[in-house]
Amino acid sequence: MSHTTSRRGLLFGTAAVSATALLAGCTSNDSKDEKPAANDQSAADDKPGKHVTIGFAGPQADHGWLNAINDNAKSRAKKYSDVTLEITEGSNDTAAQIGQIETLINKKVDVLVVLPADGKALTQVGLKAMRAGIPVVNLDRIFNSPQAYRCWIGGDNYGMGLNAGTYIGEKLKGKSNAKVVELAGLDNLELTKQRTQGFDDALKNYPNIKKVARQAAEFTVESGQAKMAQLLQAQPKFDALWNHDDDQGVGALRAIEQAGRDDFLMVGGAGALSAFQAIKQDNGVLKATVLYPPTMAASAIDLARALGQSKGIGGLAEFEIPASLTLYSAVVDKDNVDQYMPTGFR
Amino acid sequence: MTQHASPPRDNTDKVPPVGQPPSWRGLFARADVRTLSLLGVLAALILIGGITKPDEFLDTRNLQLVLTQASVIGVVTVGMTFVITSGGIDLSVGAIVALASVWATTVATQDYGFAGVLFTAVIVGVGCGLVNGLLIAYGGMVPFIATLAMLASARGLALQITDGKTQIVTIGSILDLGERDAYVLGVPPLVIVFAVVTIIGWLILNRTTFGRRTVAVGGNAEAARLAGIDVRRQRLYLYLLSGLCCGIAAFLLIILSGSGQNTNGNLYELDAIAAAIIGGTLLSGGRGTITGSVLGVLIFTTITNIFALNNLQSDVQQIAKGAIIVAAVLVQRRTASST
Repeated sequence: MSHTTSRRGLLFGTAAVSATALLAGCTSNDSKDEKPAANDQSAADDKPGKHVTIGFAGPQADHGWLNAINDNAKSRAKKYSDVTLEITEGSNDTAAQIGQIETLINKKVDVLVVLPADGKALTQVGLKAMRAGIPVVNLDRIFNSPQAYRCWIGGDNYGMGLNAGTYIGEKLKGKSNAKVVELAGLDNLELTKQRTQGFDDALKNYPNIKKVARQAAEFTVESGQAKMAQLLQAQPKFDALWNHDDDQGVGALRAIEQAGRDDFLMVGGAGALSAFQAIKQDNGVLKATVLYPPTMAASAIDLARALGQSKGIGGLAEFEIPASLTLYSAVVDKDNVDQYMPTGFR
Repeated sequence: MTQHASPPRDNTDKVPPVGQPPSWRGLFARADVRTLSLLGVLAALILIGGITKPDEFLDTRNLQLVLTQASVIGVVTVGMTFVITSGGIDLSVGAIVALASVWATTVATQDYGFAGVLFTAVIVGVGCGLVNGLLIAYGGMVPFIATLAMLASARGLALQITDGKTQIVTIGSILDLGERDAYVLGVPPLVIVFAVVTIIGWLILNRTTFGRRTVAVGGNAEAARLAGIDVRRQRLYLYLLSGLCCGIAAFLLIILSGSGQNTNGNLYELDAIAAAIIGGTLLSGGRGTITGSVLGVLIFTTITNIFALNNLQSDVQQIAKGAIIVAAVLVQRRTASST
């Protein structure tokens, strides 16, 4: 079927090449206002001390929050003249991540910061690092055994639900027969169950409120739009909505706009920049969001540095850093949004 | 071409003779029974929806909602139907939708406005389809492997472009198309595009030489070649067509969600294949029906809608979905074999 180069072929070829050239120019995502920076308070003191090499291993940053985790870790490490960060290529494959951590162990880094793709599956390699004398800071997704880490720092999924429910409860106080709707995240994950549990427990304190519907999206914009559109059709009237995740919230807000609904208040989750901006503008249904702060990665670097320099946390009486730190899921609304704006992720 | 030697098939009698028009009456009779059984399933679903949630389900807004949600995957399924009819498979459709939707929504692309976004989405779709087609038709790769490779690379590239971030669309004229104000006589623009793609797809498959060649290649590639059909070029065009559909679907998704994200189009390949198979397109090739595929898509979307309206959770939804796929195919077998 081989033709000699025909004029038509040449024409198509040229068109294809120029289209490719034009498209290549279209992959740029640079805009003028970049770099969300973590806030600048640090756990340990800022004075340069003994030099510390920190190994960092995380999952593949395939969505905004994980991306912010990497950014927070990197920018925090850059701030310290006495810290070198050895960062590995993120991977969702357990075997690959184990290999990366073993490489970091062999390189004899001083401290390890690990955000496992799967906490349970990476327990063994955490143990191995600890036995090799390298303290491990376990970030967010917890190992199976406390022996596998020196310090755990992470978010509070139950607390997210609890605080979202309490915020909504207070807003709807005094309103009889108030109806609440929940747009959950991926139902396969334990964290989604915890968030829902916290939310339900909070609502129990407000007998005037009833949760009338719950649908689970998949943390993606597309699924958020689809599930929210269905929820809006199913519930012609309700007073408040809690959406577990601001990424899928972009889609949920789109569905709300498309349905032309504005007769309820919405609370988000996680703390995306777009959510903060919408809360600040205050011209839509989104009134607040509950944090699951990616700044925990910056704090993990602080803790790792403190571990490497055998320091405690400034402001606490102990000489050592704690074994476990559960972060507070603060509610960000119009009153305090400016303070949190720099921590918002895209 | 030996690697494409016709796969073992159980229905060689149904292959229309190559080189002359297939017997239309026979095709219609068969298609009718299948289509009727699908319509029966859809009617049963509508009955269930109407009984369980009369106010919310039997509502113009709900009809608009179901059709809108069906549009994106529907357009993808039309392209997929062609590929499967020709005996191929395209596992990369979801990844192509993701890549096209993020490439078309970068800050740089959005600078070019409406036309820039539309052009990029379509060109990226067609470009991926071209690569698939070249690899399969002229590179001699098995469709399963070639499109699996495209799935991986396109998802990877989409992630690289977005860096995991959600890209918000800021172009008003695009966003407006998803609003109620843009509905034409109550029909959402997305649904209009879906309908147009369906009609064109139906015409191409049933009323053109291209369509007949597609069926012939799927029925028996070697016989088609001997009958003078340029099988390789035909295959190339089919994957291009599938890519084009993905590009269009990506643009619809951009309108619908107001954003581009590398997670877009998750598992579209399975949804599209399932809808086509339920519709009556043969996975081994040689028979395809656009009407059936579209009914398949509508059945899936209606199921999702009924479940959501009844506040059933995703575990129940998934179990029931699997059961309904099996039931639909079994019912179809029965009715088809009893004639």
